[in-house]
Amino acid sequence: MSVITFIIDDEHYSAKEGDTILQVTRDNKIHIPTLCYLDGLSTFGACRLCVVEIEGSPKLFPACTTKPTEGMIVRTKTDRLKRYRRMIVELLASEGNHQCAVCVVNGHCELQNLAYEVGLDHVRFPYLFPHKSLDATHKEFVMDRNRCVLCTRCVRVCHEVEGAHVWDIAGRGINCEIIADLNQPWGTSESCTSCGKCVRVCPTGALFEKGASIGEMQKERGFIKFIVNARNKSEWVHTAHEEE
Amino acid sequence: MTLEDLRELAEKEQTRQAQFEHRILYCSSAGCVSSGCDAVKTEMKKALEELGLTKKCELVGTGCLGLCGEGPLVFVHSDPTLYQHVDAAAARRIVEEHIGQGKKVQENILDMNDPFFSSQKKIVLENMGNINAESIEEYIAAGGYEALAKALTEMVPEEVVGEIRKAGLRGRGGAGYPTGLKWDIVRKGVADQKYVVCNADEGDPGAFMDRSVLEGDPHRVLEGMAIAGYAVGASQGFVYARAEYPLAIDRLKTAIKQAERLGLLGNRIFESQFNFRIDIRIGAGAFVCGEETALLRSVMGRRGRPKVRPPYPSEKGLWGKPTVINNVETYANVAPILRNGSAWFSAIGTQKSPGTKVFAIAGNVKRPGLIEVPMGIALRKIVFDIGGGTPEGTQFKAAQAGGPSGGCIPTEHLDIPVDYESLQTVGAMMGSGGMIIIDNTSNMVEVAKYFSEFCMDESCGKCIPCRVGTKHIYMMLEKIIKGDATEEDFELLKELCMMVKETSLCGLGQSAPNGVLSTVRFFKDEYLVKLKKSGAPGTIVNQPAAELSPAAAKEA
Amino acid sequence: MKPRVATAWLGGCSGCHMSFLDLDERLIELAEKIDLVYSPIADVKEFPENVDVTLVEGAVANSENEEMAHIIRKNSRIVIAFGDCATTGNVTAMRNSFPLAEVQNRSYIDLADKNPRIPDEYVTIAQLLKTAKPLHEIIKVDVWLHGCPPTADQIWFAISELLQGKIPVLPPAYLRYG
Repeated sequence: MSVITFIIDDEHYSAKEGDTILQVTRDNKIHIPTLCYLDGLSTFGACRLCVVEIEGSPKLFPACTTKPTEGMIVRTKTDRLKRYRRMIVELLASEGNHQCAVCVVNGHCELQNLAYEVGLDHVRFPYLFPHKSLDATHKEFVMDRNRCVLCTRCVRVCHEVEGAHVWDIAGRGINCEIIADLNQPWGTSESCTSCGKCVRVCPTGALFEKGASIGEMQKERGFIKFIVNARNKSEWVHTAHEEE
Repeated sequence: MTLEDLRELAEKEQTRQAQFEHRILYCSSAGCVSSGCDAVKTEMKKALEELGLTKKCELVGTGCLGLCGEGPLVFVHSDPTLYQHVDAAAARRIVEEHIGQGKKVQENILDMNDPFFSSQKKIVLENMGNINAESIEEYIAAGGYEALAKALTEMVPEEVVGEIRKAGLRGRGGAGYPTGLKWDIVRKGVADQKYVVCNADEGDPGAFMDRSVLEGDPHRVLEGMAIAGYAVGASQGFVYARAEYPLAIDRLKTAIKQAERLGLLGNRIFESQFNFRIDIRIGAGAFVCGEETALLRSVMGRRGRPKVRPPYPSEKGLWGKPTVINNVETYANVAPILRNGSAWFSAIGTQKSPGTKVFAIAGNVKRPGLIEVPMGIALRKIVFDIGGGTPEGTQFKAAQAGGPSGGCIPTEHLDIPVDYESLQTVGAMMGSGGMIIIDNTSNMVEVAKYFSEFCMDESCGKCIPCRVGTKHIYMMLEKIIKGDATEEDFELLKELCMMVKETSLCGLGQSAPNGVLSTVRFFKDEYLVKLKKSGAPGTIVNQPAAELSPAAAKEA
Repeated sequence: MKPRVATAWLGGCSGCHMSFLDLDERLIELAEKIDLVYSPIADVKEFPENVDVTLVEGAVANSENEEMAHIIRKNSRIVIAFGDCATTGNVTAMRNSFPLAEVQNRSYIDLADKNPRIPDEYVTIAQLLKTAKPLHEIIKVDVWLHGCPPTADQIWFAISELLQGKIPVLPPAYLRYG
C-alpha cells in the first residue's frame, strides 16, 4: 500500500492511500470541527464545518471527503476558515429552536460544543423561530424537530447499520424535515425496530429517550464505529471516545 | 436499416416534399402555442381545403422560429417569407393571397434581412423552420442520422471521441467542461454497463433553449446521444426532462418511437454490434435536479440531492457505473460535428470556445426570443442588434446571464466577448443560455432579491450554507429594500455571500450569491442609498464604539 | 465619582438577577466601588441618564421592553446582554414559533380560571410584540454574558474587568449556554 506524505498546518504527515484528510487529522489528534460526520457511517459532506484550504486552489474542500495527494499543503485553521465556521454555527443556531436551558442534552450537545469552539457570543442573523413538530408517539423515544440540525446521522445509521430505513428527509431548502416512514407518526412505523441507534447518534436533543429531563440525556455516539468494526473486521475494540 | 436504406428514405422524403409547390411552416413551439398557433393551423388547414390547395401546398408544424415576442410566426418556405403576429384572419389571407394568388401579405411580413436573423449562426437550430418537428422522415431528409451511420460504419469509438475532442466542443449546460474529455474518461472506464444521460432539466428563469430544441428537433438530440453511447460503450440512455415541459416530452416520446421503428435505436443499429435504447425520466421540477449528481440520483428514483464530487459521474454515475451526462444542446452539436468534421466546427466561434451558443433572450428587450450566435460575439451585438435594445424611452442597464446563479453585466462591459472565460471575468457565467436584459426601470437590489428568492426556494436543504444562508441573504435583501438595514448589515450580507459561495456543497449553493455579489460589484450605489448610516435615528447601532467614561475608569 | 451601574429586567424570569445576588459577600465589595443607580432591587422609578454600565436581563418581549431597551441604550455607555434570554431569546422566545393570537388565547382564554379575556384594551398593560427578540436585534449590545443564568463567577469576572476600565472578553470557559 502506498503512503502519501503531505503537509497539514506546516507539519508533515503521512496518509495511507484512500484515507481522507479528516482521517489523518483524527489519527494525529489535530482537531477539525465536524457535525454530520460520524465514524462508522457513510460520509455525507453536508455540514461544511470541516472545510480546509488547499494551497493552489481558491476553493475550500471538506476534509471528510477530500483525499490528500503527495505534497499537498493543507491549512485547517486560517482566519477565513474560522470566520466561516463561526458563521455556519450561527446559521444553525438561527435555523432551529435551540433553547439550551430547557433541553435534555444541555451540557452534552454537539451543537453547544461547536458554539463554544467557534466562540459564538451571539448570533448576528435574525432567529427564524420555525414552527416545527414534536413526535412523541413512539413508546420509548421522542423526535423533537425543533432541535434537529438535519445532519442525517439518524437517517444513515438506520439505513446503513440497522437496515431499517425508518428515517428520511421530506421537503426542501429551509423546510426540510426528518420524517418517519411515509411521513407518519413514529409510533405507527412498522419498519422501526426500536433499536435506539438514531437516538444515540443524534448530535443534539432532537432525538431522546422518554423520561429524560433537562441535561439528563447523555449520548453514546462512538458506538457505531464499534459495531461497524465488529461487523466488518470482527474486531471488538472500543475506540469510540476519541473525538468527544 | 443500412446507410443505403437511410439515403433512400431521405430521397423519398425529398421527392415527396418536392411535389408541393409551397410549404407553409408554422411555429409549433410552446411560445407560439401560447400565442395561438393552433387557431392559425386550423384556419390555414380549412382555407387550404376550401380553396382546393392541399395538393399544391403542404402545411407543417416546425420548431421555434426565434422571434417569440412576435408570434404566432408562419414561414412560407418555398418563397422565403416570414410572417409575424398571425391571427386567424391573417392566416386565411396568407393562404388566399400568398399561396393562392402569389401576393404576399405585406402587413404581417417580418424583414428577414433584419440583424436579428443576419447576426445569427445556426447549427443547433438549423432545422427550425425547415422540418416538421414530428416527422423522422423530414429529419432524415435534412441529413439526419447520417452522422450516426458514419460513426457506426466508418469509425471506431476512439475516433468518434477524438473527433469531438478535436472539435473542442464544451458542455453547453454552463460549466463548459470539454465534452470529448468527459467521453474519453467514460470510454476508458471498465464496467459491464455504462450510461448516457441527457440533462433536459432546464430550470433557469427565462430560459427555454433546451425546451425549444426538444420541441423542434428531438431527433438531433437522440442522434447525439446514440453517438455518445457508441463512443463510450453504453447501451442505455436516459433523457431527464422536467414535467413542466409536456410538449417537449410528447415530441421526444414520438421521436423515440419513430427511431425505434426504423431501427435507428434498439438492437444492431445500422447492422453493427451496437445496441442503444433511450428512455425518458420525468423530473418533478426541482431546480437542483439540473445539478448532475442530483439528476442521476433522481433518475435512479432517489431523492434529488447533490452529492460530493469526486467521484464524478464519468467514474461512478448511475448505479455506480461510468456515465456520460451532457446537456441537450451539447448532444445537439454532436451530429453536425461528425457530419461536417471537427475542423469545420472549430473554425466557428473562438479558439477556446468553438461553435455557437443558443440563448433565450428575455426581459426588457424589444425582440425577446431564441437565438443562436457564434461564441465570442460581443454582448452589445446580442442586446442591440439581435435583441433590438431596450424598449423606447428606457436605457440598457445590465444583462443577466447564466440564470439565477449568473451575474449582471453592466453597460461598461457591453463589448465583452460572449464565451466561457470572458463572462467569468465579470462575475457572470455562460450558464445554459438564459439571458435577461434589464433596463433602467428596474432596481438592481430588487433584481438580486428576485434571483435570491429563486435560489432559496430551490435549495435542496442538504448543506447548511445553502439551506440557511440563502434564506438569510433573501431576508437581508428584503430588509435593505424596506430601508431598515444599516451599513453593518450590508457588510454582513457581503460576508455571508462569500461564505455561501465558498463553502456550499454543489454548484447551486456556490453560485446562489452571485446575483447579490455581481450587483454589489457593479451597482453598489443602489444598495448604499437604501442603507441607514451608522448611528442614524432608529438604527440598532446608535452609539460610537463603547468606552468607559474616563472618570469612571480612573475611579476604578 | 464611582462608576454608575444599572441592571434592568425585561422579558425574563429574574433568574439572572438572583444569580447576581449570588455574588454574596462580593456584593459588599461591589457596593463600595459602584453606584447602583437603577435596578429591580433598588427603588428607582426612572432610568437615569449618564449610566456607565447596564446589565439587561431578558428578551425584548413587549412594547414596554422595547421602549426600555432604547432608553437604556441612549443613557448607557456599555450595555451588557445579561443571560441567555437577552442573548438568544431563550425560553421567553419559545412562544415565537406560534402565532401571537394562539399564544394569547392559550394563556388568557383556554387556561383562565375566571374572566377569560385577552388584556388588549388596557393602556397600562404592555402589548406583546409579534415575537420576542434577543436584545441585540433591538439595540446595540457591547458584551454578552451567557448562561441560564450566568453564574456569579461569570458576573463577577465581567464586572471586575469593567471596573478596571476594560471591556470584558469572556474566556472560553465562561462561554456557556443553558
